[in-house]
Amino acid sequence: MNPYGYFPGCSLRATGVAYEESLLTLFRLLDLPLEELRDWNCCGATSYMSIDEESAFQLSARNLALAHKAECRDLLAPCSACYLVLRKTQDYVERYPAIGKRVKESLAAANLPVLDGVRVRHPLEVLYTDVGVERIRSRVVRKWSGGRVACYYGCQIVRPFEEVDRAHNPTRMDELLGAIGAPTVEYPLKTACCGGALTGTMHPIGVRMNYILLKEAVRKGAQAIVTVCPLCQYNLDAYQSEIRGKTSTPVDMPILYFTQVLGWALGADAESLGLKRAISGRKFLEQWFSKETQEAEAYV
Amino acid sequence: MLRTIKFQREAEPEWARQVSERPGCEGLFSCLQCGSCSGACPLSIYMDYTPRRIIALVREGFRKDALSSMTIWLCASCYSCAVHCPRQIRVTDLMYGLKREAMQSHLYPAHLPAPVLAREFYNMVRRRGRSSEFWLVLRMALKSNPFVLLGMTRTGWDLFRTGRLSLKRERIKGMSELRALVGREVAR
Repeated sequence: MNPYGYFPGCSLRATGVAYEESLLTLFRLLDLPLEELRDWNCCGATSYMSIDEESAFQLSARNLALAHKAECRDLLAPCSACYLVLRKTQDYVERYPAIGKRVKESLAAANLPVLDGVRVRHPLEVLYTDVGVERIRSRVVRKWSGGRVACYYGCQIVRPFEEVDRAHNPTRMDELLGAIGAPTVEYPLKTACCGGALTGTMHPIGVRMNYILLKEAVRKGAQAIVTVCPLCQYNLDAYQSEIRGKTSTPVDMPILYFTQVLGWALGADAESLGLKRAISGRKFLEQWFSKETQEAEAYV
Repeated sequence: MLRTIKFQREAEPEWARQVSERPGCEGLFSCLQCGSCSGACPLSIYMDYTPRRIIALVREGFRKDALSSMTIWLCASCYSCAVHCPRQIRVTDLMYGLKREAMQSHLYPAHLPAPVLAREFYNMVRRRGRSSEFWLVLRMALKSNPFVLLGMTRTGWDLFRTGRLSLKRERIKGMSELRALVGREVAR
């Protein structure tokens, strides 16, 4: 089987390291080979586009050209920002001849091949379409013993391209988690914005956006939020103690990656899923993902 | 809120036309002013001009008002406006364009960390090919308001004890290739 190309992006090597750990573990359990794109560069995220559009597309063009050179057909970008920027570059190069021409010229100047035939994909969509809900269900070895979860899709994987899932009411993560028996709640804010970099640049506003997301999850009866993006996970996870202090909302909720939840159901241990790297909701995590549960459930 | 009367002679209609030629902004003059963008935007309540009002300012040619607004730096690029617009205006791309212009003409509000972050991020990626979160946040704080670092100690410690704070300064091997592609100059 042709391996999937893997574009980690900067976050999966720092604040989102648990995402990388759980993603690699999950793909190994599903026998899906992943091959890291060699010498990838930063996708540019949202900040780079605020300075220079042309070179923002050229940055992504290098990554896509490297993928093409490595004969990779599917390039996996787990971070929502990386996914969107790479996908947007392809889209703009194709739809705007002026941009396409400039990108082609600069690729030629750097002795890189033209962009062709690489599909930019998000792991959520790969698990849903290439693996499928039924195959995941058949591989479950451990019953879910955690609480009810709210599936949070965030912004950039569903908008504006709608290729990972529908923009207004995505359900694929809910379906995947349903397959392993994890109860999900209705979460109307599932595609609301976490504020992205605002927790760093305009802190009170950024924190307030996350407070709204957490409060709504609590109100809907969720005991954890499951995310698909390192920045969403970080924002929701890192500021809960500040939110407790400022709003007298007693929130202490685990913020998981969907790869962690699926990986656990498929038999991986807490260490290899990066579950020890959580900041909030640690007491729930210890309960849900403990050795005892692991052994008890192994007989199910 | 104090409202200033705008006069036609202050407007720059030629600029508005140029903006409408940017990718994603083609529908600028067909905007209905329905306010779907402002309603969909999770940040419009914090903005000095809502996205709908920014569009109104831009297409009338009030360049300086649009470029010096807080709005463009509050936009977190969540694309909610873009999928709700009945005229398919990519409001997010309009905002990016305004950010770029505000940076070039130094029209952004002083001491605002968002443009500083954008510039430091850009320069870091230009010099090293990758960004390193810790160094980026440190540079942003030192160049905008160093006191914010005090408020970050708790988060920093949390990240450190869970092994999520990487002090490594990343750099790609193919820097010459990257320079051939994007050029050398950095933003001031």
